[in-house]
Amino acid sequence: MIGRLAVVLMIPALLVLVRAAVELPPVGDASAAPFAHVAPYYIERGHAETGASNLVTAVLADYRGYDTFGELTVIFTAGVACLLILRSWDDLGMNRPHPGDEDPR
Amino acid sequence: MSHGFGSPVVDVACRLLVPFMWLFAGYVLVHGHESPGGGFQAGVILAASFILIRLVRGGDTPEILTTEGALTLACLGPLLYGGIGMTAMLFGGNFLDYGALPLPLETVEVRVVGTLGIEVGVTVGVTGVLLLIYDTLADWGSREETDR
Repeated sequence: MIGRLAVVLMIPALLVLVRAAVELPPVGDASAAPFAHVAPYYIERGHAETGASNLVTAVLADYRGYDTFGELTVIFTAGVACLLILRSWDDLGMNRPHPGDEDPR
Repeated sequence: MSHGFGSPVVDVACRLLVPFMWLFAGYVLVHGHESPGGGFQAGVILAASFILIRLVRGGDTPEILTTEGALTLACLGPLLYGGIGMTAMLFGGNFLDYGALPLPLETVEVRVVGTLGIEVGVTVGVTGVLLLIYDTLADWGSREETDR
């Protein structure tokens, strides 16, 4: 029942997506909306402003440095989460006596 | 993690490979300005070299980059990145606006130095985090073994 309902709901959603995909600008269209805002500025001024001959670096590390900071924070969080999940409190040197624990090591 | 694949052949191969991996990591880091590459890739290469040492030598690793050292590195990376951003703020720029850093260079060169600085931060952070994940997973496995 649920499966049939899902299929019935999927068909209109698929139609909407296909309809939207038809309207997408062709690949490489320089006049498309995403390329009309800041992209020309980056291409024209990127090298002169940041000194990076690689525009990817200019955008990633300079114009969008805050985004890269977020990426590094995500990786850092992943590492710390691994540490917290896989290591016990004893290994971490944080030997907290648990409530009701008579003999904390 | 207590015992690696300690064969002389693997050991010699590891000793030959690791310096070149470090050299390549430095190249990828510094050359990220001109070509594909940068902090993340350099960090992964560095971490791969240390994981190779651990795989080959097991618990017999020299005192470079223990798990605690890896944790310190993992914390230092974002700290360096954010520190450069905050330093730019201290000298009147926006957050991560490297042009405001107080260096006796032209603005473009200061931006290059700032970008390199944050890339070093990314490298340090990624190296530390990957080593940390490897160490916790490897150590967890060995403890399961001894518990049984």
